[in-house]
Amino acid sequence: MLSFLARRLLLLLPVLLLVSLIAFSLFYLSPGDPAEILLTGPQGPPDPAAVEEFREREGFNDPAAVLYLRWLSKVAQGDLGYSYVSGEKVFNAVCNSFRPTLHLSLVSLLISLLISFPLGILSAVKQGSAIDGLAMTVSLLGVSVPNFWLAYMLIILFSLKLDILPVAGYGDGGDIEHLILPAVTLGISAAAVTCRMIRSSMLEALEQDYITAARARGLSERSVVLRHALRNVLLPVITVVSLNFTYLLNGSAVVETVFAWPGIGSLMTRCIFSRDYPMILGCMLFLALITLSLNLLTDICYYYLNPRIRHEAGK
Amino acid sequence: MKQGNDLGFWLSICAIAALLLLAIAASWVAPHDPEKAQPELRLKDPCLEYPMGTDHLGRCIFSRVIFGIRISLFVGLAVVLSSALIGTILGGAAGYFGGVMDETIMRLVDAFLSFPSIFLALAVIGFLGSGLSNLMLSLILVEWTGYARLVRSEVLSLQGKEFLEAAKSLGASDLYIMIRHILPNILPSILVMSTLSVGYAILGAASLSFLGLGVQPPTPEWGSMMNDARPFIRSHPMMMVFPGAAITITVLAFHMLGDGIRVKLNPRSEVGKDA
Repeated sequence: MLSFLARRLLLLLPVLLLVSLIAFSLFYLSPGDPAEILLTGPQGPPDPAAVEEFREREGFNDPAAVLYLRWLSKVAQGDLGYSYVSGEKVFNAVCNSFRPTLHLSLVSLLISLLISFPLGILSAVKQGSAIDGLAMTVSLLGVSVPNFWLAYMLIILFSLKLDILPVAGYGDGGDIEHLILPAVTLGISAAAVTCRMIRSSMLEALEQDYITAARARGLSERSVVLRHALRNVLLPVITVVSLNFTYLLNGSAVVETVFAWPGIGSLMTRCIFSRDYPMILGCMLFLALITLSLNLLTDICYYYLNPRIRHEAGK
Repeated sequence: MKQGNDLGFWLSICAIAALLLLAIAASWVAPHDPEKAQPELRLKDPCLEYPMGTDHLGRCIFSRVIFGIRISLFVGLAVVLSSALIGTILGGAAGYFGGVMDETIMRLVDAFLSFPSIFLALAVIGFLGSGLSNLMLSLILVEWTGYARLVRSEVLSLQGKEFLEAAKSLGASDLYIMIRHILPNILPSILVMSTLSVGYAILGAASLSFLGLGVQPPTPEWGSMMNDARPFIRSHPMMMVFPGAAITITVLAFHMLGDGIRVKLNPRSEVGKDA
C-alpha cells in the first residue's frame, strides 16, 4: 500500500508543476501589470512611482522563468497573496467560499444518486422496455438542458407560481429552504449523466458468465440482480461518484450565480468582473488541488476494493 | 430499442439540417432586425407581429433566437474542429512516439484536466478578457484533452498490427503511416466524440455568455439573452423560456446524432457507454 501511495504521489508532482505553469502563464499573459497587482495589499491600489520602483527593486524586469520560480516558491509555502479588491488573504477567502459549495455539492450528490441509482439499474434490468426508453430519453434531455435554464424554470414554477420556495439567497447559513432549488437543479443535471453510466455498468455486469451461472442455478431474478450483479457494479460507481462531484463543481459555477449562493463559483465570477487576478489564481489552484486529491482518493478506494489492482501494484 | 434509436437518429439529422437552414436564411426568416431597439415597444407579450414578444429594449425575441442559431453553431463547430485537430495531433504523437513525448503530453493533459472545465474556461476569460475569440479559446483549452486521450489510446491499440509493420518495412515515413494508415482507423471514434462535444461546446458557450463573459451584447446569443432576461424573471418569465428552449433543442439534436452515429458505426456498443 505504501509503495502504491508513494508512486501515485510521485506521479502527481509533474502534474502539479504543470498546473502551476498553466495558471501562471494565463496570469502572465493577462493585459494587467503583475507588479501593480502584487503590490496591491490591504492599502488598496499603489501609486505609479511606487510600482516603477517596485519593478526595479524586485526584479520584475527579469525573464518570465525567474518570475515564475519566485511565485512558485511562495505558493509552495501556502502564500497565495492578497485580494486586489478587499485586501483579504486569498487563501482564507477561497476556503471560506468553498464551504457553501461543498455543502451544496454534497446535497446535490445525494439527490443525483437517489435518482440515478434506481433508474439506471431498473433500465438495465428491463433493457429495451418502455421504462428503459423513457429513462434514457429523460436522461438525454437532462444532459442537453442548460442547468441555469433548468434553475430558472424551477424558480418560475416553485417560487413565482406556487410561491413555496425562496427565489435565491443563502438564508440562515444555507438553510434547507434556500438549499432545495439549487441542490435539485444540480442533482437533476448530474443524475442525467450518472444514470447512463450506471445503466451501462449494470448491462456489462449482467452479461458476465457468473450471472449466467447464477441464473442456471435457478436463482430468482431478484437475487441475481441484487446479490450478484449489483455488487460488481459498485466498483465503477466509485468512479461515477467522483466524476459526479467534479460535474457538480462545474455546475455550481453558473447555478451558484443564479441562486446567489456564496460559493466558489460566484466568487470566481465576481472576481473576474473586478479583475481580481490573485483571487482567480487562488481559485484555480485550489480547485485543481481538490480535483487531484479527489482522484487520488478514488484510486485509493479502488486499491482497497479491487483485489486485481492490489495484486498488480504489489508486483 | 433499435427502432427508437433509428428514429432518434433521423430526427436529429432533420433538426440539425433545419437549424443550418435557418442559420443561413436567418435574414429572410426573422421578421425584424435582431439588434434594432424600439423603446416604445419594450417587454411586449407574444403576439402575431412579435411571436415571442420583445425584450427590455424592444427587440424582437423571435428574430434574436433565429439569429442566435448562427453564433451557437459557429462557436460549437469551430471549437470542436480546432480542439479535435489539436487533440488528435498531440494524442497521436504521444501514442505513436511514446517515451518522453508521451509522458510530457499526457502529463500536460492531466494538468489541464485537474481544473474543473468551466472554471478553466472562466480563468482563461478572467485573465485574457471576455469576447467571442477568448470564449472560443477557453472552450478549446477545455475540450482538446478529451481528443488527446482518445486518440492516444486508439493509436496504442493499433501498435503492432500487421498492416503497420508492413508499411514500416516498406520504408514508409512516420508521417505517411500516421496519415494514411492510422488516421483512417481512428477517424470513426473521433467523429463520434466530435458530434457529442458540439453539444457540450454550445452549452459551455451559452453558460459563459449567460454569466456575461462570452459573446457581448448587442449580438444575439442565447446565453446572453437569458442574462438580459434575469431582472425581468418575475414580470416576463417568457423572455427566459425561449432562448433556453432553443439551446436545449440544439444540444439535444447533436447528442442524439452522436449516439446515433455511435450505434451505426459499432452496432454492439450500447447507448450511453463511455458517456
